[in-house]
Amino acid sequence: MTTQQDLARTQVQAILQAHQQQAGALLPILHAVQDTLGYIPDWAVADIAQAQNQSRAEVHGVITFYHHFRTSPPAAHTLQICQAEACQARGSRELTAHAEQALGCSLHGRSGDIGLEPVYCLGLCATGPNIQLDDKMLSRVDAGKLDRVLAGLKEAS
Amino acid sequence: MSAIKLYVPRDSAALALGADDTAATLAAEAARRGVAIELVRNGSRGLFWLEPLVEVQTAQGRVAYGPVAAEDVAALFDTLLAGAEHPLCHGLTDDIPYLKQQERLTFARVGITDPLSLADYQAHEGFAGLRKALALSSSDIVQTVLDSGLRGRGGAAFPAGIKWRTVAQAQAAQKYVVCNADEGDSGTFSDRMVLEDDPYMLIEGMTIAGLAVGASEGYIYIRSEYPHAVAVMNQAIALATAAGFLGDDILGSGRAFRLQVRKAAGAYVCGEETAMLESIEGKRGVVRAKPPLPALAGLFGQPTVINNVITLATVPVILARGAAFYAGYGMGRSRGTLPFQLAGNLQYGGLVEKAFGLTLRELLHDFGGGSATGRPIRAVQVGGPLGAYLPESQFDTPLDYEAFAALGAVVGHGGVVAFDDRVDMAEQARYAMEFCAIESCGKCTPCRIGSTRGVEVIQRIQQNENRPQQIHLLRDLCDTMLHGSLCAMGGMTPYPVLSALNHFPEDFGANDAAE
Repeated sequence: MTTQQDLARTQVQAILQAHQQQAGALLPILHAVQDTLGYIPDWAVADIAQAQNQSRAEVHGVITFYHHFRTSPPAAHTLQICQAEACQARGSRELTAHAEQALGCSLHGRSGDIGLEPVYCLGLCATGPNIQLDDKMLSRVDAGKLDRVLAGLKEAS
Repeated sequence: MSAIKLYVPRDSAALALGADDTAATLAAEAARRGVAIELVRNGSRGLFWLEPLVEVQTAQGRVAYGPVAAEDVAALFDTLLAGAEHPLCHGLTDDIPYLKQQERLTFARVGITDPLSLADYQAHEGFAGLRKALALSSSDIVQTVLDSGLRGRGGAAFPAGIKWRTVAQAQAAQKYVVCNADEGDSGTFSDRMVLEDDPYMLIEGMTIAGLAVGASEGYIYIRSEYPHAVAVMNQAIALATAAGFLGDDILGSGRAFRLQVRKAAGAYVCGEETAMLESIEGKRGVVRAKPPLPALAGLFGQPTVINNVITLATVPVILARGAAFYAGYGMGRSRGTLPFQLAGNLQYGGLVEKAFGLTLRELLHDFGGGSATGRPIRAVQVGGPLGAYLPESQFDTPLDYEAFAALGAVVGHGGVVAFDDRVDMAEQARYAMEFCAIESCGKCTPCRIGSTRGVEVIQRIQQNENRPQQIHLLRDLCDTMLHGSLCAMGGMTPYPVLSALNHFPEDFGANDAAE
């Protein structure tokens, strides 16, 4: 465990080093840490704050302001369902209800290795309802298509 | 026989409908049959009901097939090789009425070219505007943009030339050009298409802006929900820099302009320009009070041009063809064209670039083909989550900034979201308040507290608790938000709420109350 955290710490230090000269570097740093570690651990906040010459409170404030940043490890898979108007007009409310029932959890919840999250617009508004499973976007998703996607996930795991 | 040239889009919307599978199957099927093909991954034409749209180069022009799923590929090859008819064939792409009836100035290249090919870009008038700009004085560039009548396409519709002139006249050692690509409005995707499908156009427009105002640094702030756009823009900047279109010596002119992408982190309010500046500076995306104007004290406190993607992407064609050419389109004070985005419950959703002045009904029916469900269209939200809902009685309004403002509505970024007759407008109003509560930056009270109270009040109306009193309270609350908020987030959330209440009172229990 220690070696794993040592490795993570080395990675964070490398990220901080790489962004040392950049103006307004905090968001790029937070993105890089989350992309590398999957989330932004508590211990990294102190390192980031020190490197950026800010207080831990300031860094914490930035992390918690933005929906994109996580402070705990995500589920193995993240399923996002668009909740915005263009997808609502094409049945996303019904799709969300179906997903919550199929997974047995509500938005922001977790079912086994799948996290269910809302997203507000993927920019595919002519062909909704839209979902994103990990880094793959899918359009025109009805209950049947969602069931097939979830079944595919179970098969793969 | 020479290689068959095929086009399969790489735009997110095509990918989400399986374009990668279609492209891979085309390549595999060609190899299996021993047919030589040249596969180009172009942008999308914006006819999303046909995606994945496969185009085949012929002597007559490009012929469209769509939607082509992976399982359609084998049959497509059979007919291609036999020269026969195919049920998915739509004839020459350029002759498809949906495209043919458009006036594509900004989107002239989109869907035609390979987004990252500099050769392709230049073969289609690319960098003609930049070359013209390099031969002009800064003030002549600003004058050209002023004369074109171009107004901010992000929604506020402020004249771009006036903003540029303010920055050009400001004295500072460092100035910036910032592109707002935080396209968070539901029902809009034209920014995304430019970023993914014609990135050099934005680079060219920003470079021209830099020359006009004397800025040597530019930022493109792209939302994190657009990973493909971030990737394409980063690649395009690297390629353009290597080829001398960006950097310390643009095309040997001795002028410098450097560009970088900043990835946002999922906060809708960062689409507000001052919140965006805070975010680029590495802070919470909290709105700044104005004055000072960002044009005078913007990014890192320096004079900054901030424009939306479409505004900047429209600058190259204005420089290349002249201000009069662009101003020749449009109506009233809305000059030029707007890439409208047809979204939601429409049969033919997509990108429709037209001169200002056509009516909403023409967009919904002549282009959109009515609702996808075949039911009557009951309400249309124009201009994103902060735009008003329009009832059928207002569908003949021309798309013009002033005509929409007269109705208490906005054209905004040109997003059009249609709902059929099953929509519950009280629920849409409640959602508008809820979205504001989720996304408020928290700086001003009307927005931060008002949105939460708004959700509660609308819920009470929905549950028929003291309805007349609650409706009175809701109107009062909207008045406070409208006049007391620091920015458009709280200040415009009343637009969808009040328009829903005014045009669809039956959904708020107006008829029940009489019983």
